[in-house]
Amino acid sequence: MPRTLTINGQEISARSDQTILEAAQDANIRIPTLCHLDGLTDVGACRMCLVEVAGASKLLPACTTRVQEGMQVQTDTERLRAYRRQIIELLFAERNHICAVCVANGHCELQNAGIAVGMDHVRYDYLFPKLGVDLSHERFGMDHNRCILCTRCVRACDQLEGAHTIDVMGRGAHSLIVHDMNVPWGEATTCTSCGKCVMACPTGALFKQGSTVAEMVHDAEKLAFLKAARERKVWNV
Amino acid sequence: MNLEELNATAASERLAQAKKRHHIRVCVGTACQALNSEQLAKELQAELRRRGQNGDVEVKCVGCPGLCSLGPLVEIESQVNGQAAIAGTEGGQRKSILYQFVKPEDAGEIVAHLGGEPIKRLETPLDQPFFTRQTKIVLEHCGKIDPERIEDYIAVGGYQALMKVLTEMTPQQVIDAITRSGLRGRGGAGFPTGLKWGTVAKADPNAYPTSVPVGIQSRKFVICNGDEGDPGAFMDRSVMEGDPHRILEGMAIAAYAVGANHGFIYVRAEYPLAVKRLRTAIRQAQRAGLLGNNIGGTAFSFNVDIRLGAGAFVCGEETALMASIEGGRGVPRPRPPFPAECGLWGCPTLINNVETLANVPPIIMKGADWFASIGTEKSKGTKVFALTGQVAHTGLIEVPMGITLREIVFDIGGGIPGGRQFKAVQTGGPSGGCIPAQFLDMPVDYESLAKVGSIMGSGGMIVMDDSTDMVEVARFFMEFCMDESCGKCIPCRAGTVQMHRILTKIQEGKATRRDIQILEELCDLVKHTSLCGLGQSAPNPVISTLRYFRDEYEKKLAADETNGKTPQPSAQVANPSA
Repeated sequence: MPRTLTINGQEISARSDQTILEAAQDANIRIPTLCHLDGLTDVGACRMCLVEVAGASKLLPACTTRVQEGMQVQTDTERLRAYRRQIIELLFAERNHICAVCVANGHCELQNAGIAVGMDHVRYDYLFPKLGVDLSHERFGMDHNRCILCTRCVRACDQLEGAHTIDVMGRGAHSLIVHDMNVPWGEATTCTSCGKCVMACPTGALFKQGSTVAEMVHDAEKLAFLKAARERKVWNV
Repeated sequence: MNLEELNATAASERLAQAKKRHHIRVCVGTACQALNSEQLAKELQAELRRRGQNGDVEVKCVGCPGLCSLGPLVEIESQVNGQAAIAGTEGGQRKSILYQFVKPEDAGEIVAHLGGEPIKRLETPLDQPFFTRQTKIVLEHCGKIDPERIEDYIAVGGYQALMKVLTEMTPQQVIDAITRSGLRGRGGAGFPTGLKWGTVAKADPNAYPTSVPVGIQSRKFVICNGDEGDPGAFMDRSVMEGDPHRILEGMAIAAYAVGANHGFIYVRAEYPLAVKRLRTAIRQAQRAGLLGNNIGGTAFSFNVDIRLGAGAFVCGEETALMASIEGGRGVPRPRPPFPAECGLWGCPTLINNVETLANVPPIIMKGADWFASIGTEKSKGTKVFALTGQVAHTGLIEVPMGITLREIVFDIGGGIPGGRQFKAVQTGGPSGGCIPAQFLDMPVDYESLAKVGSIMGSGGMIVMDDSTDMVEVARFFMEFCMDESCGKCIPCRAGTVQMHRILTKIQEGKATRRDIQILEELCDLVKHTSLCGLGQSAPNPVISTLRYFRDEYEKKLAADETNGKTPQPSAQVANPSA
C-alpha cells in the first residue's frame, strides 16, 4: 500500500512498511544517523535521526517510525540541528576521540557527523576515561576509547553472523562492549573471526590489526549486500 | 472454589474471628519488621499462651497501617458489651486502640491491659488527622488482614469481584466499567486504564511476529509492574506486602477483560518480603482454585509467575521491563509499537502498576460511578503517597485526588518538625520536580502537578524544610539518574553525566553563568531527545529547582560571577574533590 507524505515540504510516496528514514533515503533526502546501518534492525538509540512530525507531541526517530498517510515531516529544523550538534559534542566529550591518531581518521562516521553539524568546539568537559584496548584477537582489535556504543557490532554479530559473541555489559556511562562473558576477544570461543563487527563499526573502535592512522576503511555496505543477497538468494555483483 | 464455596469460606472465617474477644494486629511490614515486630508478635502469642488466653485473643501479623514513623505499631480491636467484632467489616460494636513504638518487652504489659485501660505510655490516638483525613480504597485491608492467609482476604470480601466478573460480566462490560470509573494509571503517567485495557482486548496476537517460550499457552499477557524504584517511595511495596491477594485478583480480572491467560508480576529483588508474600498468595490462590485452570469452575484460566528485577531502575519502564522478563538486557525500545499491540515476546501485553490493579476489585464491586464520585474531574479515585522527608508523620497515606498539598503536609503529615519552615515538596522522585510553598493550596491531581513542572509519579512525596539545599537536591537526583541510565541512548547516557558534573561544579563554587546556560541547554536536550521516560524526565528536578530556586544556584557561582562576592561552597558536598 503506497503512502503519500511530505518531508521538508517535498511530497514523496513510500510503501506502508517503510520507515521515515527509508522513505527519505529513497527520495534522496539525507537524515543523519549513527546507530543505523542498512542490513541491521534499528534500535533508535543515537537520536541523531530524530525528526519533527506535525501533530506528534514528541520528536520521533526516523529509523523506527513507520510512514503514515499525510504525515508531515521536518528533518532539518534549527531545533533539530542544535540537538544533533549537542549529541555529537556529548559523544566527543564522553570518551577519547582523538582523530589525529585514529585508525579511522578520514573514514569515520563520528568525524563526518561532527563536520556535518558544524562542531568547531566542544562545550562540555572532556571526561577522558581510562579505557582499555583489546588486542587479544589475532586479526582484529577493539579500542573502547573510540566506541560510541551504537551496538552495530552487537547486531551484526547476532543478526548477520548468528554468533552473538558481542554484547553490552554494565549500564549508563559504564556500558562496555564485551565478548562472550567478558573475556578477551581472542579467547571468545563463540567468535568466528568473520570480521562483520569490524565492517559495522562507525568509528575506529573496531579495526583490523596492522592498520595505522587513517588506514582503517570500514566496508559497511557489504553487510547490507549480504543481508539482501541472502534474502533474495542472488549474489551477483 | 466457586461462588458458593467462596461465600462459605468467608462466612466460616468471619464466624471464627467473631468468637475472639480481642484482635491484636501487629504490623510486620518491612519498616516495622526491621524494628523487631515479628519478635513482638511471637512474644504476644507466648504471653497469651502463658495466661491461657490464646483461645480468646487473636494475634495477627498484618501489613502496613501507614504511620511508619511511629512503628512498630500494634492495633488492638476489642469487643464492646460482648458483641461480635469482625475484623475489617462493618457492624458489631468494637473499640480500637493503637500503640506506637512497641518493643517485644512490652508484650506482657499489653496482654495484661487487654480489655482494661489502654497503656498511656504507648497509646497514640486513632482520631488524629493522619488517619481521619485519609480515604482508603487501595489500602483498605492493609494493616487489617493477615497477608499470608487467603481466608483472611476472603473474609473481607476478597475474590468476590473476580467471581462477579467471571459469572456475570462479559469482558467488554468489565472494560466499560473500568473506563467509566475514570481510573488512570498509577505508575506515574496517568494513562486512562480502561483505554489501555480496551486496546489490548482488541489487539490481534498475530499482528507482529511472536516468540513465546514453549510451555506458555497464552498469546496475550498481563504484567503487574512492581519494580518500584524511586528514592523514598514504598507504596507498591506496602500493597504487595500487606494485601497481595488484591493484586492477584486485579490481575485476574484484567486478564479476563483483555483475553490473557498468563501474567507476570515483576518485583524488584530488593523487596524480599513482598516477593515471599506474593509467592505465598499465588500458591494459596492456586490451591483454592482462584488462579490456574478453570477458575471458579468457569472456562477462564489464568496463571501468574513472579519475575525478580536485578536492581536496574530503568526496568520499571515498560519496554525495558518486558525485555527483562524475556531474559534480555533491561533496556527500553522505542514506542510505537506500544506494548498493548506488541509487547512481551511480540504479543499484546497489558502492563499496569501495582496500585492501578489494586483499584480494580473495588471498582467492580462498588461500581464505576462510586469510584468516579471520588476525586476531581479528570483524576478519579485516590492516590497512595509515601510521605517522607522533613515532616512530623512519615509513612504511607491514601488521599482522594484533588486534596491540597497543604492538607497532606500540614494536616496528615503534621507539619514540619523542629520549628522550621516548609520550603518545598518533591513529588515523582527522580522524574518529578520540587513544588515551592506558593503552590501549597494547589489540588493534587495529574494536570495540576504537571502544570507546576512536577508529576504525579508513582507517589513518592518528599517534604523539605528551609534547611534544604535545593541545588544539592537536584544534584542528588541527577546522580541517581546518571547511575541508573541504561546507556542505550546518547542524550541520557552522556547528558546526565555532564549535567551531574555541572551541578557538582556549582556545589563546589567553581561554576560560571555559562555553566548554568549549558545546564539548561542540556536539560532541554535530554528531556526532548531521550529514548525513554527515564531520560525524558531526568532533567525535571533541575528544571523545577532552576525555575523556583534560581537564586540558590546563582549564590553558588564562582567569585568573579557574583560581582566580587566570595562564593559559598556548600557544606553538604561531602567530598569536593570527587
